[in-house]
Amino acid sequence: MTDKIVTLNHGAGGTAMRHLITELFVSHFDNPALSELADAALLEVNGSRLAFSTDSYVIKPVEFPGGNIGKLAVCGTVNDLAVMGARPLYLSIGFILEEGLNLNLLERVVASAADVARAAGVDIVTGDTKVVARSECDGIFINTSGIGLQPLGNGLSSNPIAPGDVIIVSGTLGDHGIAVLSAREGLTFQTDIESDCAPLNDMLHTVLSKSAGVKWMRDPTRGGAAAVLTELVEQKPFGAIIRETAIPVREDVHAVCELLGFDPLYLANEGKVLMVLEAKDSDRVLEILRAHPLGRNAAIIGNITSDSPGHVRIETMVGSVRRLQRPSGELLPRIC
Amino acid sequence: MNILLPFRDADVMQRIAAEIRQFDIDRPLRFMEVCGGHTAVIYRFGLTDFLLSTIRLVSGPGCPVCVTANDFIDRAIALCELPDVTIATFGDLVRVPGSTRSLAEVRARGGDVRVFYSSADALTWAREHQERTVVFLGIGFETTACTLAATMAECVQSGVKNFRFLSALKTMPAALQALFSAPDVHIDGLILPGHVTTVTGLSAFRFIPREFGIPCVVSGFEPIDVMESVLMLCRQIKDHHADVENQYRRVVRDGGNPQARAVIDEMFEPCDMPWRGFGIIPESGLKLSPQFAFWDSENVTVEVEPPQEHRGCRCGDVLCGRIYPSECSLFGTACTPETPRGACMVSSEGACAALYHFAPVNYDR
Repeated sequence: MTDKIVTLNHGAGGTAMRHLITELFVSHFDNPALSELADAALLEVNGSRLAFSTDSYVIKPVEFPGGNIGKLAVCGTVNDLAVMGARPLYLSIGFILEEGLNLNLLERVVASAADVARAAGVDIVTGDTKVVARSECDGIFINTSGIGLQPLGNGLSSNPIAPGDVIIVSGTLGDHGIAVLSAREGLTFQTDIESDCAPLNDMLHTVLSKSAGVKWMRDPTRGGAAAVLTELVEQKPFGAIIRETAIPVREDVHAVCELLGFDPLYLANEGKVLMVLEAKDSDRVLEILRAHPLGRNAAIIGNITSDSPGHVRIETMVGSVRRLQRPSGELLPRIC
Repeated sequence: MNILLPFRDADVMQRIAAEIRQFDIDRPLRFMEVCGGHTAVIYRFGLTDFLLSTIRLVSGPGCPVCVTANDFIDRAIALCELPDVTIATFGDLVRVPGSTRSLAEVRARGGDVRVFYSSADALTWAREHQERTVVFLGIGFETTACTLAATMAECVQSGVKNFRFLSALKTMPAALQALFSAPDVHIDGLILPGHVTTVTGLSAFRFIPREFGIPCVVSGFEPIDVMESVLMLCRQIKDHHADVENQYRRVVRDGGNPQARAVIDEMFEPCDMPWRGFGIIPESGLKLSPQFAFWDSENVTVEVEPPQEHRGCRCGDVLCGRIYPSECSLFGTACTPETPRGACMVSSEGACAALYHFAPVNYDR
């Protein structure tokens, strides 16, 4: 039965989704740029290296502490370009709106998309609007696509990664996931936790222009840091180990996670980056990150290892070591 | 200051581990952690790393989602297919396969299945949606039963007519009685569920050392708690002594919580209840008392498909401590968290899900 219809599992960022992508989309659209399955496609047009990315946003609720769907839609695509080492330039934005949507709400969404685009230095140069009948979508869905210029010779990839490299995260994990959860219908606990939703291009541009040691970057959105790290080492000749005590997590985020049975490593972030770099550059990169408002809590959380190739291990707070598995299935809270 | 950190201190952990190693007990020991919360902590913090291989921790029947039998889910699905019915449930239950499908699959095909974090939230939602009949799926043990009883009391008092209760509530002592009465279950010590005991008090479990000679320790849910409980069990064994001890004194009072028991008694009465892996255990469940029959969806006539077990699934054996999750041939291959064949792979407190998610380093699947 499940194999005949789409279920929420197909969008949860786990194995079901990967099957959908590789066996349906990639097999039909097959081409070299797509097959990389990176956050953005890298293209060469008349001698210029472009990065091109697209993403759709269906977040519920539309407004949440620290942002709304408009801000998120701009930041998400800007960040997908930025982690590929590209300088985001132009964005498109497409709205699918539900009949009955409050226009004041729509204006708030559009205004904050515009504000954050300005702050990120990108122009929204084309767009589209569709309105569907009530209950045919949920308030507002947004798609953004973006083009960025990738400076020649600045190819970030997992290829040069080697044992001994260090793993850095640019700040606290799980803020976005918990902020959205706390604003969601049916969840009545109140926190001060705000989404970390922010454009990372300025910070990442600073890092890349001042230090050559960064080999690879990703923004840990859906599926969190666990998804990004397990994907990084999968079928590679190296593994990774991270230390639980080194992972920056806000105390209130930690508390909500304990209460509801979530692990911050699996929660979505919208303004964080994970990077792998040579150990000798780590102090310099940490210094650059921490000097930026979005990177104040940056920390080294682990290393690339030659043992346990293909696997991420985590040294727990109590000193034991276990596997860190890739996310699978919907994130659900425990019940007692 | 994070109040949990002292209970996760690596040095304290090593000290307790060293103390456990000093007990030179001359036979392998099998300790059962009854509660799924303990199972999750044991795997998440890799506690077996700290124990000699002669001490094995076995999961028991204390994950509420896991012990919920297929026919309950089948009935919930049948109710969901009635006009204007909304199923309100705790999250984990949505993905548990019933006889032929799960509530998640029913939802994907248009069924109205909603996840709530508390029964009170579900009641509020029902009040705001008078056009729907909301059926709340009541699963859990004594800990959850008292909160559900409070919600149902509120529902009855305020006369909410579009809220119904479908009960799979269970009582833990009855299950342990059944478990240890089975001839093929050999357990040397019990790590008792801290939160259930918060309600029941220690006396509810005293029959275990008395009748079966098995040492028991009521344990908290942090890694240091569980390790200390193992230490306390080893001490009882070394001293040839069996009692119910309380490691979780910061939360559990020996007498439990009489107020919580009173609200349970006010709303519910004992009933026979099917448990996955055990079959029907007499007087091991709770259902709404007859005077609240209006709110009991057991009384709704609905056609439920005949229950069937999933071929090859050994959740029942896992829940009785007969096998480890990895001994099930479906584990990690046909049965994963994304394609669960059995309930123990769905719930975050299920032994199979815990092993899959928090796999040891040397794990080869």
